[in-house]
Amino acid sequence: MTEARLNFRTIAGQGLWHNNPGLVQLLGLCPLLAVTNSVTNGLGLGLATMLVLAGSNLSVSVVRRWLRPEIRIPAFVLIIASLVTAVELLMNAFFHDLFRVLGIFIPLIVTNCAIIGRAEAFASRQPVMPALWDGLMMGLGFLLVLVTLGGLREILAQGSLLADAHMMLGDTGARPGIRFFDQDRGFLLAALPPGAFIGLGLIIAAKNYIDARRARRPMGAQAVDPALRAGSPGPA
Amino acid sequence: MNPEPSPGQAAVRSSLRGALLLGIFALIGAGLVAVTWQLTHERIANNQQMYLLRNLHEILAVTEYDNTLHEDTRLVHAPALGGVDGMVTVYRARQGGMPIAVIFEATAQDGYAGAIKLLVGVYTNGEIAGVRVVAPSETPGLGDDIELSRSDWVLAFQGKSLQSPPAGQWAVKRDGGAFDQFTGATITPRAVVKAVRNALLYFRDHRDQLFAQGSSDRD
Repeated sequence: MTEARLNFRTIAGQGLWHNNPGLVQLLGLCPLLAVTNSVTNGLGLGLATMLVLAGSNLSVSVVRRWLRPEIRIPAFVLIIASLVTAVELLMNAFFHDLFRVLGIFIPLIVTNCAIIGRAEAFASRQPVMPALWDGLMMGLGFLLVLVTLGGLREILAQGSLLADAHMMLGDTGARPGIRFFDQDRGFLLAALPPGAFIGLGLIIAAKNYIDARRARRPMGAQAVDPALRAGSPGPA
Repeated sequence: MNPEPSPGQAAVRSSLRGALLLGIFALIGAGLVAVTWQLTHERIANNQQMYLLRNLHEILAVTEYDNTLHEDTRLVHAPALGGVDGMVTVYRARQGGMPIAVIFEATAQDGYAGAIKLLVGVYTNGEIAGVRVVAPSETPGLGDDIELSRSDWVLAFQGKSLQSPPAGQWAVKRDGGAFDQFTGATITPRAVVKAVRNALLYFRDHRDQLFAQGSSDRD
C-alpha cells in the first residue's frame, strides 16, 4: 500500500517537476511557444493536451497486451489521432471562440511528441491506473508551463491577466480579467515569438536554479526526494 | 496445416495478425470520432451560424432588414477584394423585397502579417454601414488596433462614402488621406482602408448585379 502510494507520488513528481514535458523533456515546444500569449490560450490548449494525454495513456495501457512491437507506433498514432479529433470536435462545439483562437494548434496536438513519448515510455508498460495518473500529471505539468508562460507574456505585453477569459467561461458580459496597466505601455517583445523563447528560457533557468539550491542543501526537504530522483530521465 | 509452419508462413501469419489488429484499432478510432461527430455536429453548425450572424449584426441591426441575411448570398468574382481565387461572398439585406445593403466578405491581402478578413457593409446609397475585422492575423500590439475589442478605429468608416471623403482621400494620413494610422503601425490600417475603398468601388460599378437573383455571377 505504502509502496503504491509512493509510486503515485513519484509519478506526480515526475510529471509536474522532475521530468516536466515542457521544462525538462522539452517536448511539444511548437504549440507551447505559439499559443502562450495569454493565460486563457495557454489554459485552453493545456486542458486539451491534458485530456488527450490522459486518454491516450489510458487507451494504450488497456490494449498494451495486444500491442506487438512492430505495430505499436502506428497503433499509438491511430489512438492519439482519434482522441485529438474527438477533442477538436468537442472544443468546436462547446468552446467555439477559444477554438477559433487556438485554430490549427488543436489538430497539431497529434504531433506533440510528449504524448507519443508517454505512450511509448510509460503507458505501454504499466497498468491502467498508473498510466492514467501519469497522463494526467504529465498533462498538468505541461498545462502549468503553458499557463505560467502565458501569464508572464500577457502581463508584460498587454498589462492584463485573464483578459479574454470569457472565451472559456462563456460571454456573460462580465470581464473577470485584471488590468495592471494600459495596453499601450505594454512590452511588445513579450507578445512576439522571441518573447516566447526568452520567457521559456527564463522559466527553465528558474527551475534549474531551484533544483541546484535544493541539491546543495542536503537536509530538510530532502526526505521525499530520493524516491523522486530515482525515476528514469524519460525519452530523448 | 503443417504442425510446424515454415519461417515464411510464420512471417505472413504474423503480419496478417498485425494488420488485423491495426484494422481493429482503426475501426475503434473511427467509431469514436463518428460518435463524437454525431453528438456535436448540430451544435457546431449552430455555433458557426451564430458566429457569422453575430458579425453580420454588428454591421446591420436586425431591424434594418427582413430577409434571411445569411442565406441570401451571392458569390462574385472581385479580385480586388478577394482571397486567393478572387471570389467574394456577398450577403444581401432587403426590406420588403427592396435592397437595403450588402455586406462583402472581403480580404485585405497586404496586411503586415498576411491576409486580413473583413466584413464591409455598404448601404444602397454607397454609404458604409460598418466594417469589422473577422480573422485578423496581425502582430499583437502592433496592428491589432483594427479589432473593435482593441480600439474603435474601425468605427471611423461608418457613414463614409466615395464622396465623403473624396475617392482621392481614401488613404491613411501618412499617405495624404483622411484616415488615422496607429502609433507604430501604418501597413495594417493602410491595407484595411484600401480594402474598404475597393469594396466601395466594386459596389459603385456592380450595384444592380449584386442584388440580382441567383447566387453567382455564372447563373
